[in-house]
Amino acid sequence: MNEMRTTGAPGRREVAAPASTSLEARRRALKARRLRRGWAALGLVVPAAFFYVIFVLRPLVLTVQYSFYDWNGVGASTFVGAENYTRLVEKPELLGSIVNALELIIYFSFVPVILGLLTAATIRKFAASRLALVSRTVLFLPQVIPLVAAGIMWTWLLATDGLVNELMRLVGLGSITRAWLGDTSTALGAVGVIGAWVALGLCLLLLLSGMTKIDPALYEAARIDGAGAVREFFAITLPSVRQEIGVCVTVTVIAALAAFDIVYISTQGGPANSTLVPGLEIYYLGFFSREVGQASALAVVFMVLVLAVVLPIQRLTKEED
Amino acid sequence: MIVSRRERWLGHALLILLMAVTVIPFISLFVTALHEPGTYPSGLEWPETPYWSNFVDAFQAADMWALLWSSVLIELGVVPAALLIATLAGFSLGHLRPPGHRWIFLTFVLGLTLPFQAIIVPLYYQMRDLQLLNTRWAIILPLLGLYMPFAVMWMRAHFVTMPPDLSEAARIDGANTWKLFTRVHVPLSRPALSSLGILMFLWTWNQFLLAVVLVDDPKNRTMAGALGAFQGQWGTDVPLLCAGSLLILTPTLLVFLAFQRQFVSALMQGALKG
Repeated sequence: MNEMRTTGAPGRREVAAPASTSLEARRRALKARRLRRGWAALGLVVPAAFFYVIFVLRPLVLTVQYSFYDWNGVGASTFVGAENYTRLVEKPELLGSIVNALELIIYFSFVPVILGLLTAATIRKFAASRLALVSRTVLFLPQVIPLVAAGIMWTWLLATDGLVNELMRLVGLGSITRAWLGDTSTALGAVGVIGAWVALGLCLLLLLSGMTKIDPALYEAARIDGAGAVREFFAITLPSVRQEIGVCVTVTVIAALAAFDIVYISTQGGPANSTLVPGLEIYYLGFFSREVGQASALAVVFMVLVLAVVLPIQRLTKEED
Repeated sequence: MIVSRRERWLGHALLILLMAVTVIPFISLFVTALHEPGTYPSGLEWPETPYWSNFVDAFQAADMWALLWSSVLIELGVVPAALLIATLAGFSLGHLRPPGHRWIFLTFVLGLTLPFQAIIVPLYYQMRDLQLLNTRWAIILPLLGLYMPFAVMWMRAHFVTMPPDLSEAARIDGANTWKLFTRVHVPLSRPALSSLGILMFLWTWNQFLLAVVLVDDPKNRTMAGALGAFQGQWGTDVPLLCAGSLLILTPTLLVFLAFQRQFVSALMQGALKG
């Protein structure tokens, strides 16, 4: 530990290097200074840590505590052990919400990341052209508007008489048109489309920024070796943007698992709980049916689930340094 | 670099298609907002007589001035304070590296993946005990905490890249930690700070869950929370709802367009080091 820290400041080691009679004293003075600076430095973290501890870590601990009790938020609470957790498995509604959230990952994460990768790889070479510059702005728009607004927009687009159905009728797919958000078999996918629409711009821009940092000489060398566009993509582009892919996947997977705004606005978890997600179910349990313990148990499992999905992604895409 | 004509054509076509998919929902929203109130217009059809008055009606129905004012107050409560405390912490953890900085940073990172819903129930009771429910503080204070994992990580990532020689030089010139921070590092952090500021502005404006759970009165909410209430109240009048949605999302577009060069270039420089 200590050695690693000193390597951070190469200048300091040189000071201590020449052997002289005052070496001991100098070392002590250095140590004292470092300690003093250490305390001052820790002090700078205090304000951020204060808000983090009071408004994040404390509720986090309380969630775990609540999850072992039966409480309606007003009266007395009774300790029920792991009962709230066993009920998670027994009640199909609760388990179903977790399954739905996992399925949303496909739409919220895989679709935009893969589409983003392919598009970024295609437009990489003229990333400086005027069209590409305009696209940077345009494709980012879904990221900056409230998700609530995106939900409202798309609820209307996906309605029975909405634009999506109208376009489908136009190309002869009239037979499969329906109220996409109102059909139990398509509602979750329709919610997923909204999420994919929101995430695509962010992924594309991040991946593109990663690709513009790749040394062009690499591509030239590959071309000289006779590599085609596909080889190029897998041999150079993909490995080079591993970190950016990691960021994209992480961000979008969290967005999928924690989906709330879009679902709340577009389907409220319906029809027949087909789009119910943990975020929404916690809200219903905690503030409507007032099953605080049950809501908290779901929240704990939900948190663990997010970590269990995100941590491996992080490990996979972290660059060895 | 050599770009073949086919590649160029394909790339442009792809880009235009993606942009169309991005923009069409906005256009649809706009066109629908111009239809006669109470009707169910279909598709992208331009109305025979555009009802521009829908925007005025929506503005009044939602009491937009009050909503804007509320959002501005919340932003002022959150963004400057969050920037300040995150910069202090990021500077300390990324540059000064006091003993234990790894553990402290790890504790912050722990919150990075935490969905807000996971702590919303205890947060509600905490706010009730503090008697802050239905006030803007119920949104401001938790957001300051909830932004810290990302904001501290962002600022730390910036300060880690600052060469130690820079600080050594300043120290030799007699600067103490505070001077080193305000005179040397804050001016150099401006790009990182401004993009973080814009991000937090947008997240606050668009914050929905905290607003819905902790504040009943739309006039004390964020814009996104107010839009939720607006949908609940006027959801059956599609043109009016669309007009209201447009009014509420427009400020986010304006902020983005005004700062986008900064914002996008920060992204391009790889400031996002998740």
